[in-house]
Amino acid sequence: METKMVLTSEQQAILDGSKGETMAKVMETLIKYGEIFGATKMVPVTSEYGHLVLSFGLMFLGPVFDLYQKLIDDGCISSQKFTCDPRPYDPEVPQSLVSKVLAKIIYSKQKRYDAQLKKLGLLNENSYTCTCYMPELGNIPKKGDILSWAESSAVVYANSVLGARCNRNSGIIELFGSVCGFVPYFGFLTDEGRKAKWIVKLQTTKKPDAQLLGSAIGMKVTEDVPYIYGLDKYLGNELNDSVCTYLKDFGAATASNGAVGLYHIDGLTPEAVELKEKLILENAKEYIITDEELQRVKDNYPVIWKNPNAKPKMCFLGCPHMSLEQLKDWTNKLDKGLKENKRTKVSIATVFTTSNPVHEEFKKHPEYQKLIDMGVIISYICPLMYMDNPLCQSKAVITSSNKLRTYTTTRYYSDDEILEMLTKGVN
Amino acid sequence: MKKFKGRAIVAGDGSFEAVVTKNGFNTLASMQMMNIQPRTRCNDQSNPDLYKKIIQDKALCLPLTIGSTTGGMFIYTAVVEGKAPACLLFSKEIDSLAAAGAVLSEVWADKDMPVYDKLGDEFLETVKNGDKITLKSDGTVIVD
Repeated sequence: METKMVLTSEQQAILDGSKGETMAKVMETLIKYGEIFGATKMVPVTSEYGHLVLSFGLMFLGPVFDLYQKLIDDGCISSQKFTCDPRPYDPEVPQSLVSKVLAKIIYSKQKRYDAQLKKLGLLNENSYTCTCYMPELGNIPKKGDILSWAESSAVVYANSVLGARCNRNSGIIELFGSVCGFVPYFGFLTDEGRKAKWIVKLQTTKKPDAQLLGSAIGMKVTEDVPYIYGLDKYLGNELNDSVCTYLKDFGAATASNGAVGLYHIDGLTPEAVELKEKLILENAKEYIITDEELQRVKDNYPVIWKNPNAKPKMCFLGCPHMSLEQLKDWTNKLDKGLKENKRTKVSIATVFTTSNPVHEEFKKHPEYQKLIDMGVIISYICPLMYMDNPLCQSKAVITSSNKLRTYTTTRYYSDDEILEMLTKGVN
Repeated sequence: MKKFKGRAIVAGDGSFEAVVTKNGFNTLASMQMMNIQPRTRCNDQSNPDLYKKIIQDKALCLPLTIGSTTGGMFIYTAVVEGKAPACLLFSKEIDSLAAAGAVLSEVWADKDMPVYDKLGDEFLETVKNGDKITLKSDGTVIVD
């Protein structure tokens, strides 16, 4: 294969087959992928761990599992350990018997895939989450680290909040980067690719819901980098637990409702603090966000429940997986709301999703028992995968996750609206 | 008849019927039900241009793909399983997820799916659902 990219002798040897035909094809794929975007070289992956987006043994993804088996059979395993997105099934989450049976069929390749992940380099059994960058998980890249990750919400978080460098890699490609230890140098890996094509000016009268603001920005700028003014007024200038939780949800919405892989928030995110306006390209477009604009965005979400007036039967919070801070905050809000309404249990079957390590840490806090006593289920499940079950799609499920809304039949409500429904009841 | 010249990322020849989205094509949201559908239909509730329309074996005309980073593996699976669009025609520069799907299909699958990008905004303004699209391997796209 002729390449436009300048390869090191090690990379060229791999491409020429020094590590076998399959490894050569892995390298060929990365080179072709990079050359589409004008990459002139491959650069080493410098993060300690990778992160994979595919966590579900979906019966229909046979070609992907066959490809992964070929990697394993030919010794092409990851050169770094990796974490992986959440699993699709948890018996603790309410489901009818028929629906459970169907889920087992839909995810019938789960055992095969879990075994493949172990062989390919999964960090450990507790590594299944979309929020691998939480302190309880420990997959936290350093500023400037080069990553070979996928999972849109994790990539945008790593780039924006941690200042790491990662392209919006697809599943399979991210594993290939971890197998080779190199990724093509383009896009968000370069200084130029991290500059903003949009200036966003926040002019709301109150702190916006993270996932509504992210949705509005994602839909407007699509794949471009936004530089956002005015959010530090509400979030402050310190990346504390509460702010990082907000940015986790905000970023997930920008990435799923659009294709944002990096954002800068004036006075807050590391590169914006360091470089300020130097990050903004000439002739950047402008988007002004007011209360009315956010309402317009929210009003335009389609409701695709069979009966749009149906009473909600279930509520999912935690897409992406909740942080410890978020679990405690929601517990306290629910506790206060239920007491005000002279109730003891949430009015809708409610599932909070989080990683196992965060769940274990939460158990050490007094809020844990309170939350359980209020009837909330805590699960490691991927709610998106739960909703992929056709029998779950007919359920009236609500969420404050704009990511979950985008991919499923769930209906979006703001955090305040959900809190009211859970604590006051729904008519 | 109108001609457009783009970049052939995966070259091909042939004539296909157009199906068009002016919005970003959310691959996961659109294609996650493909294997329980007799022919792949767009399942993305947020895409009024395509929702419930058949996309399999059509020339899918789009600005770019958006959403989940599972995108490339869904495109790859669709190509291997014969459930994919006949070709992907991007008005903008291709995005990294669709590019992954194109390259994975080219290198690892026996079947190629032509993928052209940089066809320009005018391409998406011109092409309509049901138009006949003819591809030339040099990156030319003819809309009838």
